Amino acid sequence: MSEPDPKAAGAVKDASMIKQKEMIAGHFSALSRAKESGKKVVYTFVPGNLTELLHAFDVLPVYPEINALQSGMRKKSGAYITEAERLGHSEDVCTYVKCDIGMLKAGNIGPTGEKLPEPDLLLLSYTGCFTFMKWFELLKREYHCPVAMLHVPYQGDGEFTPAMRDYVVDQLRTEVIPKLEQITGKKLDEAKLEEALARSSVAEDDLVWVLESAKNKPSPIDAYFGGVYYIGPIFTAFRGTDLAVDYYRTLRAEVQQRLDLGLGPLTPEGEMKNERYRLVVEGPPNWTSFNEFWKMFADEGAVVVASSYTKVGGMYDAGFRHDPTRPLETLAEYCAGCYTNLNLPSRISMLEKYVREYSADGLLINSVKSCNSFSAGQLMILREVEQRTGVPGGFIETDLVDPRYFSAANVKNRIESYLQMIEQKRRNAGARVSVQVPAAVAPKTRLAVLP
Amino acid sequence: MSSVEEIVGRADALYHDLEFGSVKRWREAHGGAKAVGYLPIWVPRELIDAAGMLPVGLMGGRGLIEIIRGDAWFQSYICQIPRSTIELALTGRLDAIDGFLFPSICDVIRNLSGMWKVMFPQKYVRYVDVPQNYDSAVGGRFFEGELRHLWNDLKKLSGTDPGDDAIRASIARYNANRRAIGDLMALRSEQPWRVPTWEAYLVLFAGNVLPVDEHTAMVREYIAAARAADRPRRDNARVVVTGSFCEQPPLGLLKTLELAGCYVVADDLALGRRWPDADVDETGEPLHALSEGFLKHSPPTAARYEPDGDRGAPLVQLVKRTRAEGVVLAAPSFCDPALLEQPILQDSLDAAKVPWTAFKYSESLGQFQVIREQAGTFADSIKLWSEA
Ligand code: SF4
Ligand code: SF4
Repeated sequence: MSEPDPKAAGAVKDASMIKQKEMIAGHFSALSRAKESGKKVVYTFVPGNLTELLHAFDVLPVYPEINALQSGMRKKSGAYITEAERLGHSEDVCTYVKCDIGMLKAGNIGPTGEKLPEPDLLLLSYTGCFTFMKWFELLKREYHCPVAMLHVPYQGDGEFTPAMRDYVVDQLRTEVIPKLEQITGKKLDEAKLEEALARSSVAEDDLVWVLESAKNKPSPIDAYFGGVYYIGPIFTAFRGTDLAVDYYRTLRAEVQQRLDLGLGPLTPEGEMKNERYRLVVEGPPNWTSFNEFWKMFADEGAVVVASSYTKVGGMYDAGFRHDPTRPLETLAEYCAGCYTNLNLPSRISMLEKYVREYSADGLLINSVKSCNSFSAGQLMILREVEQRTGVPGGFIETDLVDPRYFSAANVKNRIESYLQMIEQKRRNAGARVSVQVPAAVAPKTRLAVLP
Repeated sequence: MSSVEEIVGRADALYHDLEFGSVKRWREAHGGAKAVGYLPIWVPRELIDAAGMLPVGLMGGRGLIEIIRGDAWFQSYICQIPRSTIELALTGRLDAIDGFLFPSICDVIRNLSGMWKVMFPQKYVRYVDVPQNYDSAVGGRFFEGELRHLWNDLKKLSGTDPGDDAIRASIARYNANRRAIGDLMALRSEQPWRVPTWEAYLVLFAGNVLPVDEHTAMVREYIAAARAADRPRRDNARVVVTGSFCEQPPLGLLKTLELAGCYVVADDLALGRRWPDADVDETGEPLHALSEGFLKHSPPTAARYEPDGDRGAPLVQLVKRTRAEGVVLAAPSFCDPALLEQPILQDSLDAAKVPWTAFKYSESLGQFQVIREQAGTFADSIKLWSEA
């Protein structure tokens, strides 16, 4: 979910990457000129974002999580987090929040080196994570602008009921849209919203096709490390635009070409020639050592064929598409369906399905210290998926953007041990193997094999 | 009349009973009627009670059990309460509880609801979502639907079919209970030397397991006994303790605060016992009344969205209302809701020139020396400021 880094893609720069880079540069440039161009700016979150609605009002979105992960990739997050902790933010809480606060205190310079404009509205889409609410409570003190709260009920019983949908639609009508009308001084242009939703759906089809291409052997894509680039435009400012439609069309053609040629995925060191392990990964990646982390997999011939992280901004592969004929209802259903808004039994079923449908050799969980929404319960998820599928589970611990919690030697060691375990399992032809590494040996990066 | 010691002794026995013996006895005495557990902060206990079941507040292991299995289910950076709750369940201590409600408070308890569904499939499990939109026509409409769903489930679980009058009667019982607790808190705030916080807390805590009327009687008895008791008035600093609404500090920590020279004149310990903070309508459509009680009279707390102003304002108002001289920000380690907002609270207190101190605890904390020194220094400095 970020600006493609040519280094990360090896020597080859696909047209889609160049396109995405230009799209992002254009967006940040528009943001830097927002005040002079008279455009209003709305800060909001990735899960449950209402990008099409924002386009219908012609406002520019800023996603603080994306800024934080960009700061992580640009090695700036460590200093930002330290600054936030110096200001009294607890060492225990989500590092995205602290990174954002630190960046704000350092002048709010965005990833392209341009200053981010202040928000005219904080659109608090409360989907899948409680921290979002606290995050905007903190920002509210800094910016003194209105806040629109959109509370999306959690799918505690594994379903989004019509009553829940009506509740979200009611809030869109009575809270979100009026506040957008208030800051922009114009009425909602329904036709514009419907057109954007229709474009979203076209791009979503192509994204799903790309993600599902990983069912092939060898997989032409890496659906985690590569996947974060593929989801970038659709999870953020571009869903519902022609740019996104064009991007996904181009990406799909590129992946088709790789498939036709029987090529493996691009990795930080070029094309992966020998796919040895197919993994499903649960949990967000580490951003501070992203390429190094990716390389640990690529060096071993491990390709990620499916991941849950690429579903935090929408579960398109489960069949969801934005539907222009039911604009507000479809937005409500979109918000509710984001991965971290699903209950644990649904998450387990999804990962189990991925292991089977993508012919994976194992499920690896990257448990990030920052994120209770993802992490609380992951040890049970691991145990359940392992029991249901028979593939070995592995568990590593890192963080999103706090470099203090990425111990490269330990992580590498754990990944190698895990892959050896898969190898051993193959050799033993189905015999169950489990390796217990005492937590005390490496408290932050534990390859746990189940309680 | 029972003495303070007798009443506190009864409450203390309930606090220390991690086998939930009182729940088992209640079930036996009620022909095997069921019990429904709930986690912090708040669920509408009235509905459990009205369905003829015993509501049981599950507030972790109070540091009284060794966590052996619970640790295997959670990473080191997750708070204690989910692990001790799992430990209680895996060691059979929650066998007498038939249903479990997981309120909307944070991602940990939210995800624990899913773990429960997978790990204890024979139990009734529900995540109780609460609205963050307080408009009766929007959040209220949604919440009434949720309450209806819960009410139907609870009736099914209990195998009974009581009508709306049963809920109204239950609302009246809980109103009486909350009024009694309100009186206890008011006495503690006015004459804190009569009501040591750890005693008030034990009495409050007993409401987790006692049937509501019995608990109301206990609170009333304690108030009478505390008023009558002859206790010396010390020159302690009046403080508000906040941040302890979910995982509870061990009893030793509360005693330590007082030993260090602090009178706690307000706190958010076991906050669900005092929620909502006004009477719920006893006459109208009961699910609507419960919903309105939540929307309009919930105490301000970290897990609840504050649409107007910010999270610091209600704390400053509480300080003024209780004539507190300082605030102790006491939050569980790794508690996102409490810790994320601490900078806001600190800023607001600074702006209002209210002294504060902050520390983290866990329910299993066993050493209080550091906190004693910190709280002692804090109390001393308050004294110095007030003299100056
Ligand atoms: S806790 Fe997780 S989902 Fe929430 S803001 Fe942090 S990283 Fe995002
Ligand atoms: S202590 Fe805090 S983080 Fe832990 S379960 Fe309670 S509210 Fe959630």
